[in-house]
Amino acid sequence: MTLDDRTVRDLVLVGHGMVGQRFLEAWTEQPAARGWRVTVLAEEPRPAYDRVHLSSLFDGGTVEDLALCPTGFLAEHGIDLRLGDPATAIDRAGRTVTTRSGVEVRYDVLVLATGSVPFVPPVPGTDAPGCHVYRTIEDVDAIRAEAATAGTGVVVGGGLLGLEAAGALRAGGLATHVVEFAPRLMAVQVDDGGGAALRRKIEDLGVTVHTSAGASGVLTGPDGRVRGLALSDGRELPADLVVFSAGVRARDQLARDCGLPVGQRGGVVVDDRCRTEDPAILAIGECAQAVDGRVYGLVAPGYLMAETAARTIAEQEGEGFTGADLSTKLKLLGVDVASFGDPHGSAEGALDVLYSDSRSGVYRKLVIGSDGALLGGVLVGDTEGYGVLRPLAVAGKPLTVAPEQLVLPAGFAGAAGPVALPDDAVLCSCHNVTQGAVRAAVRDQGADSVAAVKKCTRAGTGCGSCLKQLGTVVTEELEAAGVSTGKGLCEHFAHTRAELYEIVRVTGPASFSELLAEHGSGEGCEICKPTVASILASLGNGHILDGEQGALQDSNDHFLANLQRNGSYSVVPRVPGGEITPEGLIVIGEIARDHGLYTKITGGQRIDMFGATVDQLPFIWRKLVDAGFESGHAYGKSLRTVKSCVGETWCRYGVQDSTTLAIELELRYRGLRSPHKLKAAVSGCARECAEAQSKDFGIIATAAGWNLYVGGNGGMTPRHADLLAADLDRETLIRTIDRYLMFYIRTADRLERTSVWLERLEGGLDHLRAVVLDDSLGIAAELDELMARHIGGYRDEWAETLADPERLRRFSSFVNAPGTPDPAVTFVPERGQIRPARPGEASHTLNAPVLVAGARLEVLTP
Amino acid sequence: MTVQIHDGTRWQTVCSLADLQPGRGVAVLLPDAGQVALFRDRAGELYAVDNLDPFSGAPVLSRGLIGSRGERPTLISPMYKQVYDLTDGRCLDEDTAPDGTPAVLRRWPVRAFDGEAAA
Repeated sequence: MTLDDRTVRDLVLVGHGMVGQRFLEAWTEQPAARGWRVTVLAEEPRPAYDRVHLSSLFDGGTVEDLALCPTGFLAEHGIDLRLGDPATAIDRAGRTVTTRSGVEVRYDVLVLATGSVPFVPPVPGTDAPGCHVYRTIEDVDAIRAEAATAGTGVVVGGGLLGLEAAGALRAGGLATHVVEFAPRLMAVQVDDGGGAALRRKIEDLGVTVHTSAGASGVLTGPDGRVRGLALSDGRELPADLVVFSAGVRARDQLARDCGLPVGQRGGVVVDDRCRTEDPAILAIGECAQAVDGRVYGLVAPGYLMAETAARTIAEQEGEGFTGADLSTKLKLLGVDVASFGDPHGSAEGALDVLYSDSRSGVYRKLVIGSDGALLGGVLVGDTEGYGVLRPLAVAGKPLTVAPEQLVLPAGFAGAAGPVALPDDAVLCSCHNVTQGAVRAAVRDQGADSVAAVKKCTRAGTGCGSCLKQLGTVVTEELEAAGVSTGKGLCEHFAHTRAELYEIVRVTGPASFSELLAEHGSGEGCEICKPTVASILASLGNGHILDGEQGALQDSNDHFLANLQRNGSYSVVPRVPGGEITPEGLIVIGEIARDHGLYTKITGGQRIDMFGATVDQLPFIWRKLVDAGFESGHAYGKSLRTVKSCVGETWCRYGVQDSTTLAIELELRYRGLRSPHKLKAAVSGCARECAEAQSKDFGIIATAAGWNLYVGGNGGMTPRHADLLAADLDRETLIRTIDRYLMFYIRTADRLERTSVWLERLEGGLDHLRAVVLDDSLGIAAELDELMARHIGGYRDEWAETLADPERLRRFSSFVNAPGTPDPAVTFVPERGQIRPARPGEASHTLNAPVLVAGARLEVLTP
Repeated sequence: MTVQIHDGTRWQTVCSLADLQPGRGVAVLLPDAGQVALFRDRAGELYAVDNLDPFSGAPVLSRGLIGSRGERPTLISPMYKQVYDLTDGRCLDEDTAPDGTPAVLRRWPVRAFDGEAAA
């Protein structure tokens, strides 16, 4: 690349699709990127989004869910994204691009990522109203708008995209037909047997499939609108809506117009560094013809090209793009389909090993080479083995087990033994990470978990289909290095939290000593003791301070308050939903004033009183209980608050009464012991003032009911919550939350927030939905019962402590000098309140001024 | 039965044995304003160590959990969860406190004593 002596150089990217965005991410990671100004010319009206999951828009997903460009990404890197102004011409001599609005943009390097256009067969009538393609959010909007009044939809194309579109139409409530020119569905990826299995499954869902039939013309009615589709076999299908989704064509017109060579079947010709014939112009993704002569229509190869192009411009060494593995694993219309390596067995001497069960709709075929190596395969209905089989096939190494063991269902396979993957097998095809690289990350770079490996190698951060295999490899490598990877809780229990929970649930309540004697060893520790205490509490085992349970609780649960840095405690009265009366405010104010406590408003719509000593706690609780408060959990692994906005009662925009619901939920779930803390919120409209989407469970009012979001998190690792279900009525909403919480409590690891749990949960959100809404595991009644038991058994833990002299005894500063203020806990004034004294500061103990106020005289003595 | 701690000069009676819940601790105030964290484990063994947590500087160790690591009986600070060996007071997680001093808790001789018999 020849460059002049200007200090800032111009990089222009044409197209902001998935591959364009990946290019920007890869480019901004290059140190060389600093000397460049980046301009992006985009045709669509919005930044890059996930086209692969467009059909989620029919299923309750939102446009925001699909967004790929993180907030702040463009600003952070100074990228100038011009939406809705596509490039229309390239002047290679002058190194400028002209846009539709007539703006000329200079470039030193130009990257074409213009993607592709849907192929519409050249038959009459395809421009009639009612004809659509399926590529952009606008296409989906148009289809949805018409689907509302249409009865029947026909999709032309039975490939991957066509079936996606069919799924969308079906989700939109249309009677759906799929017309495919080839003799089977997904002709590129699967073989006849797999196509037949797929067809059966899809027809079970009510989609009608017509294979070996093409579209010969769109039939229109007197109003000019679509009324049907004429097929090449002479039949006519009535239809209100036709979607063409029969493949794509590279969008290479810009390149053609400026004289760059394009392939015979389209696609800008590039070399293995993604450079076109003009060294100042690169092309990536679906608009490019790779060095192996292919145009790749999948996103993973596009990402690899994007990364290659970024390295090329930065003049970095590294692998070029010479072609990609076309393996795919996806869920189409709810059917799992995977294809990898050479699924058709086109190599000489290749043989098939086949298992087919049309009753359960499972089809598995492996293609084995003459040397015994796995060459490829097709999996329909159950893609369990994909994580191991794909890397094996791509590596082309001989199998270490008999191939029939790999296709048979688990029960028949016998002792198959572990399948050994070679180190050069690519585990993550999105980011081209080999098993060897993953092992090296664990061995040499100290990555000791899947999360650390993801950070280190990017493996598993694309489609996520390799995560399970990644976990296996990380565990293997850690074990090889002698690192204990036992999933056990701690040295005292070899069980996970979920396993211990099951033990207690099945065998009935037990004491810690009994559990330790039967299932553990030693004396316990700070990990297993609170965990067992939490499990016992979750399963409704009486007051948390009763008997031996009292000795298990972490300090905060033991003292029912929040330990602060100098050894004093804070007390946070429960204010359900954040609603509080003026009288309530006054009571809290009086308590804080009389005990000399520091007060601060919390993020959970409560008031926190700081600086209480252990022996003050019962006095403070007494006053709270007498005024109708309970002290509230601001500590421990339990429900914290259900935050709310004022909702339709007061707010001009509110559509439901969010405050009343928040209060109801907070009272319902208070005291529920769980693997980690639980935070919740209810917003009265889509403006989301209560920030429900950052909570473990969040509810947003709609005109028709309530949308339930789960797995959100603020804190160190923020996570936007996922929509679990939409437009629920109050009763269904509460039942769904009940089950969600109880399922989480039952299956999560210790200290695993719902966000992490949901990411880890096999089958993810779909599985969770199936469990809590459709009772797929048959445990819903049990979950409901457990929650009912919690609600029925709830007691105000603080009031009960006050009522029991035995429990009160622990709230004493010194066992040999009760009532003596702790001389080591001292405070100084700041801004009219107290704060903990720092070492060496002149300070006083808290009780001194309190005694002057006479607070101790009016309350019971413990 | 009472519990006695030897403060360097003599045995001090600090509480009755029944005041100690197995698995938990209490704080004891010494005449010189020093503080001791006193524990009783499930087997009835008594331990007395500094109450001041060397890592936070707060007098909180009596509110920690006790347990075991391997064969050693342990105390876990409720503040930042450092683990101490109750038999020698040594911190098993870190060698030194933030101020550079060795992270070792002073231990006091402690015994269960039949006070009435002695009187």
